[in-house]
Amino acid sequence: MRMRLMRGNEAVVVGALLAHCEAFFGYPITPANEISEGAAKLFPLAGRTFVQAESEVAAINMVFGASSAGARCLTGSSGPGISLKMEGISYLACAELPAVIADICRVGPGLGNIYPSQGDYNQLVKGGGHGEYRVIVLAPNSAQEMCDFTIRAFDLADRYRTPVFVFTDGCVGQMMEPVHLPDLPPKPEPKPWALIPGAETNSNLVTSIFLEASEMESIILKLQAKYADIARDEVLCETYRTEDAEIVLVGFGIVSRVLRSVVEEARSEGLRVGLLRPQTLFPFPTEQIRELSERARSILVVELNNGQMVEDVRLAVAERCPVEFYGKMGGELPAIDDILARLRALMVEA
Amino acid sequence: MAKKTLQKPKAFQDVFTRKSRDQKTTHYCPGCGHGIAHKLIAEAMSDLGLQDRSTIVAPVGCSIFLYYYFDCRSLSVPHGRGPAAMTGISRVRPDTISISYQGDGDLAAIGTSEIIHSANRGENIAVFFINNAIYGMTGGQMAPTTPLEMRTTTSPRGRASETEGFPIAVCELISTLRAPVYVERVSLDTPANILGARRAIRKALQAQADRKGFTLVEILSPCPTQWRVDPTKTGEWIRENMHPIFKPGVYRDVLAETPSRPRPERREMSDGEMYALLGIDENATIRALPTGCEDFHLAYRFAGFGGQGVILLGMLLAQAGMASGYQVTWLPSYGPEMRGGTANSSVVLSTRAIGSPMVAETDVLVAMNGPSLEKFLPTVAPGGCVLYDSDPIETPPAAPDGVHLYPVPARDIAQQAGEARAANVVMLGVYAAIGDLFEEEVLADALRKAFAAKKGAVEANRRALAAGADYARSHFPCPAPDRPGVMVK
Ligand SMILES: Cc1ncc(C[n+]2csc(CCOP(=O)(O)OP(=O)(O)O)c2C)c(N)n1
Ligand code: SF4
Repeated sequence: MRMRLMRGNEAVVVGALLAHCEAFFGYPITPANEISEGAAKLFPLAGRTFVQAESEVAAINMVFGASSAGARCLTGSSGPGISLKMEGISYLACAELPAVIADICRVGPGLGNIYPSQGDYNQLVKGGGHGEYRVIVLAPNSAQEMCDFTIRAFDLADRYRTPVFVFTDGCVGQMMEPVHLPDLPPKPEPKPWALIPGAETNSNLVTSIFLEASEMESIILKLQAKYADIARDEVLCETYRTEDAEIVLVGFGIVSRVLRSVVEEARSEGLRVGLLRPQTLFPFPTEQIRELSERARSILVVELNNGQMVEDVRLAVAERCPVEFYGKMGGELPAIDDILARLRALMVEA
Repeated sequence: MAKKTLQKPKAFQDVFTRKSRDQKTTHYCPGCGHGIAHKLIAEAMSDLGLQDRSTIVAPVGCSIFLYYYFDCRSLSVPHGRGPAAMTGISRVRPDTISISYQGDGDLAAIGTSEIIHSANRGENIAVFFINNAIYGMTGGQMAPTTPLEMRTTTSPRGRASETEGFPIAVCELISTLRAPVYVERVSLDTPANILGARRAIRKALQAQADRKGFTLVEILSPCPTQWRVDPTKTGEWIRENMHPIFKPGVYRDVLAETPSRPRPERREMSDGEMYALLGIDENATIRALPTGCEDFHLAYRFAGFGGQGVILLGMLLAQAGMASGYQVTWLPSYGPEMRGGTANSSVVLSTRAIGSPMVAETDVLVAMNGPSLEKFLPTVAPGGCVLYDSDPIETPPAAPDGVHLYPVPARDIAQQAGEARAANVVMLGVYAAIGDLFEEEVLADALRKAFAAKKGAVEANRRALAAGADYARSHFPCPAPDRPGVMVK
């Protein structure tokens, strides 16, 4: 039995090691510290590189360098640290370098606090840094998915040559659950474009500056074509009891766990409620939500923020049914009873 | 020797095809120092046989397109981040000759953090720092190295120390650190000094090849355009305005006594070694759930002062729960919550997929001190139970209706068992006896895993566990007739 109890944050480190990640660069921040600490402990023992950087800015640029040299690499942070990394992420996206970044989101804006939050949704899903780029955003809700999605993130990052976020909140990061370790994935393919010593690579160049307007436009268009492929092929989402649901709940990360309990309670009261959980936020499960909106009486989006994903849900639904929002901010999780009360009221209204 | 500089080095491109086809002129202004510095570096690369191993940073600044000219790998980095990017490269590809080429705005303003810390870590990179006392690319703004009283577009009345500080002397700054092995300032003001620069650059690259660590060569370099000085007069300008504040010379040189670093070997691990490193016990088994527990969902809270082991107590229960076939989650209090001195962890054991791991309603509360008991007692659900350390808590607050209290002198029992710190494990023993959830071997195994690193601790804690169970059996009905905390919900 290849199973062990571990924290979500630790599972990111384990997933990275299994995925042949060669290097970790990071700067301490709660509630993501176990990623740095786990990497500090395990990476050198596995013959991999660990560097505690002087800042998140330095960390993402170490990733930029190591990735340009063809190494799979990881960094992890939270809220304010992710803001600092955004310049580097924009460069990674334009230079088409793979990288995996974990955001164990805490409450913001400002220093905020270290409790669970999903306030970084817009920052990650809509770009965050400068210019017209996107990053893939995976949204695990358990320690198992923290491991599995990290492995998947490395695969996607290499395949599309793009930064990939593993995005969750302090609760999933801190929580311990059993994790079943998968078989070791195959070694990554060699990267002929990488800055690896050798006469044959002397002309290799990794850059993100293109002075000619037409050349720059073609680079941007190439990125957009890649994002279109990702949007078509890489959507992941999970549904629970939506077949006959009159009201569909939509939530990701830790919220989806609370919503699953809500669905069970609601069903025991005879309310026909289901749940859709996006496992990827970019690409967003637009099609899946649109389909449900054709059958549902209404949709209730629950987030640990002021209503960020709900905008994407509204775009997908395009007014086929009402889309309501329930948000919790400051660090507490939504209470099952509060959401149930909202559901009962919606059932009457609808 | 001097003749060689006149020939085109191999590492310098014949035609600048990266610029555009058939280009043979550089993009630099006439009399610019960047071109000279490029040639000296390319020549050293070629002569030392390092071209095929070199990767050079293209910084943000006038030299942003230096890769038009160098025939080697190049990386265009964000403004000031060259040393961080090169840290990444040289750590994962140690055979690389890692060169961070940077201007004064890049290195001494926006990139100060990266240069100081990569120097302080002693990264195996060579830094070539072009100090031209001004921002060239953006059009002649003040740099951190701009001399006092010099007029620039952002110091139109001349740089004043009261508001703009003093020119930063980078070699002096870097040489206060212990890790750098070679720091020298050279000047491109005369042909003789250019030869000196040539020598310093070769020395730095040789140190790279020898894996000696961090080197920095500061190159005082002309920018006739932004200085608004005739290209033939820049040498004079450097001597007059820069030499007094940026004295050329060797600031640190411990190359001779510094041994070459061993090349880090990337050891391949077998799958088995990897899983062992990750703490996987391939022989561990998960038991089938005991009968009577097929539909079951319990929420636990363990609370006390930091240091009383309530975080660990939760983990032990979660570990035993997992091994017994339950779904489990464990969640600690974290951050400032811990700092006030109290800590808690919550655990959910269930036969179903667990939704929220946050415990709002508690079925089993274990409180190791008074404040914790007071705080969490109101959260205990009817039918639930509370185990508390009766040592510090002599008179407990009134229990809510239907909540069963179990006072346990946990510290006493632990002391008698020979491990004063094991009051938490005594509580686990008590709960195991009244709750009757786990096989003894499962609990023993959880202790073995938790205390594997501490010699003797496993035995002491097993005694504490047994003492707790004995205490429960002689003071409370075991298993509890109403099976507190084991009722089917
Ligand atoms: C984050 C960021 N801030 C500002 C700039 C604009 N910028 C480009 S070059 C430069 C100054 C470069 O000066 P220096 O390093 O002295 O190099 P030189 O051009 O003199 O060779 C600045 C501020 C930028 N590209 N990125
Ligand atoms: S502006 Fe100055 S640094 Fe830039 S190319 Fe011209 S002379 Fe060189």
